Formats: sequence, structure tokens, C-alpha cells
Amino acid sequence: MSHSLLAAAIVLAQILVLLGMGCSLVRMVRGPRAQDRVLALDAMYVNAMILLLTIGIRTGSMLYVEAGLVIALLGFAGTFALSKFLMRGEVIE
Amino acid sequence: MSHLDALPPWAAILVAILMLLGALFACIGSLGLLRLRNFYQRVHAPTLGSTLGTFCMLAASITCFSVLHGHPIFNEILIGVFLTLTTPITLMLLVRTALHRDHEEGSDDVPPLPREQ
Repeated sequence: MSHSLLAAAIVLAQILVLLGMGCSLVRMVRGPRAQDRVLALDAMYVNAMILLLTIGIRTGSMLYVEAGLVIALLGFAGTFALSKFLMRGEVIE
Repeated sequence: MSHLDALPPWAAILVAILMLLGALFACIGSLGLLRLRNFYQRVHAPTLGSTLGTFCMLAASITCFSVLHGHPIFNEILIGVFLTLTTPITLMLLVRTALHRDHEEGSDDVPPLPREQ
């Protein structure tokens, strides 16, 4: 009983996170200005990390947690570089 | 779903509730990013996903793997610490960038710069 509940919860959680990624994607395509697109990309990185954690629970493999850490690191670096670029017109001064 | 059958019922229900909460928070945050009207309102929405959503999901992951392996596993704490440190930095930088760009364009949506004394 509780295990079929857990399986249903995992599928529902993945669908919800995918829905969130879809919302961010729409904002990134539509976003009126460049900062909206950067913000949407950052939100998509976070959602992708959450999706990786759910896949990790679903498959029972700890490797996905390390993959999620790498995604979070890349998201930070990407958003930081893009903000610096929008502010100054160059990434490294 | 062979490995998940090893979870006792209380752990299965706890993991299910935490996962649903985390996914719901992430979805609400992204929905706010889509629905709110201007950039300075929108920048608040995704932080819901990157704080509460991530922490619920990390708690679910820690519970699941600790119960499965039989001893406490805290690898996920790293992600939590890292996100707590980096999210305010990136979002503050992004908002300062947006403010700078709006001031350069002379937009009416932002308050004027304080006058230099």
C-alpha cells in the first residue's frame, strides 16, 4: 500500500517538476528582456537539479546526487557570468 | 521498484510526502516566474524552488538513502549548503544588473538614483 503510494508520488513529483521547467522555458523564450531570460535559465537549472534528485530516489543510485551538485555548480557559474556580462559588457575584467 | 520495497512503511510515506512538497514548491516558483508582471516581482518567485523546494527534496533523498543503506548518509547536505550560499549572490547581482540597465535607459519603472551630495 505505502509502496504503491510512493511510486505514484515519485511519478507525480516528476510531472510537477517538468511542469515547472516548462513554465521557466516559456518565460525564457518569451521574456521581454535579457535579465528575464537569465533568471529563467537559473530557475531551470534549479528545477533540473530537483528532477535529478527525484530520478536518484526512483533508481536508488547515489550517483545522481553528485550529478545534481555539478548542475548546481554550473548553474551558479553560468548565471554569475551572464549577469557580469549584462552589467559590464565583458565577463573577465 | 525492487529497491524501494526495502523501505519500511513510515519511511515510504515520509519520502512520498517530502517529494510531493518539494516538487510542488518548485512548480509554484516557476509558475510565479511565468505569471508575475515585471522583472522585480518575478525575481522573487524562483527562490521558493531553490530554498524550500530543494530542501524538501534533499530531506526526502537523505531519508530514503539513509534507511536503505542502514546508516546515516549526508552527501546531500553539500548541495543545500552550496545553494544557500550561491542563490542570494547570483540574484543580487542580477537585480543590480537590471537596475543598472534600467537607469541607463532612463526607464520610468524604477526610482531615480539618489543625488550625490
